[in-house]
Amino acid sequence: MNEHQQTLWEFMQQQSDKLLVQTMQHIGLTFISLFIAVLIGLPLGIYITRKKQLSGLVLGIAGVLQTIPSIALLGFMIPLLGIGAKPAIVALLLYALLPIIRNTYTGITGVDATVKEAAVAMGMNKWQVLFKVELPLAMPVILAGIRTATVINVGVATLASYIAAGGLGEFIFGGISLNNTNMILAGAIPAALLAVLFDFLLSLVQNLNFKKVKGAVKVAPVVLLVLSCLYFIPSAYGSKLTAGFTPEFMGRQDGNLGLISKYGLKIHTIVINDAVMYKAAQEKELDVISGYSTDGRLKAYDLLVLGDDKKIFPPYYAAPIVREDALRKFPELEQTLNKLSGLINDSVMTELNYRTDYLHQTPERVAKDFLEAKKLYKPDRGGNEGVVRIGSKIFGEQYILASMYTMLIKGYTNYNVATKTGLGGTKIVFDAMTNDQIDVYPEYTGTGLLAILQAAPQTVTRLQVSKDSTYNYVQREFKKRYKIKWLKPIGFNNAYALMMRQAQAKQLGVKTISDLKRYLDSK
Amino acid sequence: MIKVERLVKTFGTTKAVNDISFEVNAGETLALLGTSGCGKTTTLKMLNRLIEPDSGTISINGKNVMEQEPEALRRSIGYVLQNNGLFPHYTVAENIAIVPNLLKWDKAKTDKRIKELLDKLHLFKDYFNAYPGELSGGQQQRIGLARALIADPPVLLMDEPFGALDNVTRTKIHHEFKELDELKRKTIIIVTHDVQEAFELADRIALMDKGRIVQIGTPAELLFYPANDFVKDFLKEQHLQLELKTIKLTDIWQYLPDTGKKINTSQVPASAGIWDALDSYKFYPRENINILNQQSKEVRSVTFSQLMSAYSHYKNHQPHE
Ligand SMILES: Nc1ncnc2c1ncn2[C@@H]1O[C@H](COP(=O)(O)OP(=O)(O)OP(=O)(O)O)[C@@H](O)[C@H]1O
Ligand SMILES: [Mg+2]
Repeated sequence: MNEHQQTLWEFMQQQSDKLLVQTMQHIGLTFISLFIAVLIGLPLGIYITRKKQLSGLVLGIAGVLQTIPSIALLGFMIPLLGIGAKPAIVALLLYALLPIIRNTYTGITGVDATVKEAAVAMGMNKWQVLFKVELPLAMPVILAGIRTATVINVGVATLASYIAAGGLGEFIFGGISLNNTNMILAGAIPAALLAVLFDFLLSLVQNLNFKKVKGAVKVAPVVLLVLSCLYFIPSAYGSKLTAGFTPEFMGRQDGNLGLISKYGLKIHTIVINDAVMYKAAQEKELDVISGYSTDGRLKAYDLLVLGDDKKIFPPYYAAPIVREDALRKFPELEQTLNKLSGLINDSVMTELNYRTDYLHQTPERVAKDFLEAKKLYKPDRGGNEGVVRIGSKIFGEQYILASMYTMLIKGYTNYNVATKTGLGGTKIVFDAMTNDQIDVYPEYTGTGLLAILQAAPQTVTRLQVSKDSTYNYVQREFKKRYKIKWLKPIGFNNAYALMMRQAQAKQLGVKTISDLKRYLDSK
Repeated sequence: MIKVERLVKTFGTTKAVNDISFEVNAGETLALLGTSGCGKTTTLKMLNRLIEPDSGTISINGKNVMEQEPEALRRSIGYVLQNNGLFPHYTVAENIAIVPNLLKWDKAKTDKRIKELLDKLHLFKDYFNAYPGELSGGQQQRIGLARALIADPPVLLMDEPFGALDNVTRTKIHHEFKELDELKRKTIIIVTHDVQEAFELADRIALMDKGRIVQIGTPAELLFYPANDFVKDFLKEQHLQLELKTIKLTDIWQYLPDTGKKINTSQVPASAGIWDALDSYKFYPRENINILNQQSKEVRSVTFSQLMSAYSHYKNHQPHE
């Protein structure tokens, strides 16, 4: 237990910069939305005390808004307001409205009628009655509403990171997707503490006597504004360009951590869901994003992969891996599979992925077109000298490769082919292979290194330097441990990558990550 | 000073005030007397336009109130609420200073005036910064009175100002009220359902029932010349006491014997009621009290039985009863 706390503490210390930024963003989001909610809710609450027939309708609408699940509400906001702070603030303020309107209404309605009448009888006009009598007397109830709204907002603000608005949710959801308990706690504990702290502070204000409340209410707008401004402090530096990274990328050594430690890259970064990231880049809401180097969306959205000149992203070179007994059983297999080696580079693979993912062409057609273009395609010989079993993982690129291998084997040898495509993740395909269910499938060196061999961090750092060292290492280890052979690499590298819009990269003269850093550091 | 003509106010189907007319002269105190729900408060609130009448006219100091700006009108009329209506979030001093602040008096003037009033109302300066919640009911009512008096309005409307008090405190406040020079030059309408209070404080009484004025006149007129059975019944329970208060020693002066024995030195003024004379007997054998007739400068010394027989002579010579 002690050891566990230690590591959480270490994590928080190590990430203290980010923790501070996220905390400030969190407080900022909470209070910007609270401030606006008060600006809207208070007058609206007052208004419905004057027009009682509207009170049911207004409170009803505010009540319905509050029952919309937070994620759904944030979802509704994206088409209306895009991503980032705006939709998050609007969603938060909608949640904060009900307690503020309701308590303003109840507070003012609850003011002793005799006291109100006395105020009128003394010759106060309606504004004087409102500001000198009704609001001060309703203040404890109104403050209770603001207190409720604050606590709700601190909680809901954790979800703001879904739509790239920052806050402690970055750690919480990053931690969940990286299965990193420390990271989850580093976000969840401060968020809980903030809720408790604000609740406590507001309870103090609420219990002040009338004299002091007067003072407190006067400084409140200033305090709210100052707290709101916290949101903007983090974004005030390095804001020439904005980067959007997935939570997973944020937390990985071969991701943002490496960008900071190896490149010293200082860029205003927001955390964003993979699904909206590419679109946001295309719509110029983001300038730099994290992604996969052969993702079809690169082409769909006209993005450029920045060169990783310091090699922080380990190479994920694709190559077919084959059981050694299958190589013995099918002597012609190795040379047939190697026909593809070196033929498909990153941009070719991206193009092929684009055709399946975006143009919705079948993998078979894409594979055949490619082989024909390379003059490698031969019709099926209808061989019957044994069946080669080909596997693949469950995404487009693997289907295409499996189709190409099928066609090559059928065209160049007398073996027949059975395909077992769409095998879940790495673990499932690889288990199928070690259990002699398949003979061959395309794998990536990085995956082999990290997911299958589970290499120690020092080893990873050592090997990361070059494509060949990783390849040689996995080849050697697979042979030793599993009697599986890595054939020649196909040529492309499906690794993490930083991307920018082609046009912008060209305009800024950025080709590599180092170029990007130089641009950001220049004044 | 105040002239009300044919005032009507209906709430839904309730005729709260049904065709009321009366006049109050400058410096006079009129009591609106009647049982709960007879329309006293409604009548009073129409005078400073807290309630707008359905029909009828009200003029104060010759000016139609409907033609004045309500806020300005209200600032010029002192108003004491039925439940005092002090602001719980204001200190005593702030409560009293409400109207001066609305009138934008300077602070020194306001402070001086508050001190003066609190002095007259026997409230200590210690209470200056207390909140109403920290004061007793009687103190709160005095603060309510001070608040109404602060800007020295010529007209004062009071809605059961002493309603929530115990008898002892109320009697004490009644005395203070009568003594307060501040009030002597004001035109006052005081609402009450307490017959004693009306008789004690008012120059004239308007007895109301179901939104109408049944009889309006001096206490003696109501007592000795009741307009109908309602008035008679209304006063019946406390009739003797009211009589003893209403009939002054001057009224029975002619029936008082002059014994010439003026032993003790304290004197009851003849302008006082019989009740006060009775009050000053200590009740030991053959006790005399001295009564001073201010007009003739004559002093008569009478025993209890002599006083009582003078009262009975007086009664026998009255036309009614
Ligand atoms: N705002 C109102 N809405 C409806 N009815 C009202 C309203 N104010 C007064 N009434 C009714 O008008 C009648 C007269 O009320 P009012 O307050 O003038 O009586 P009151 O003589 O002051 O009685 P109390 O001695 O109990 O204060 C009552 O029947 C009361 O129910
Ligand atoms: Mg009343």
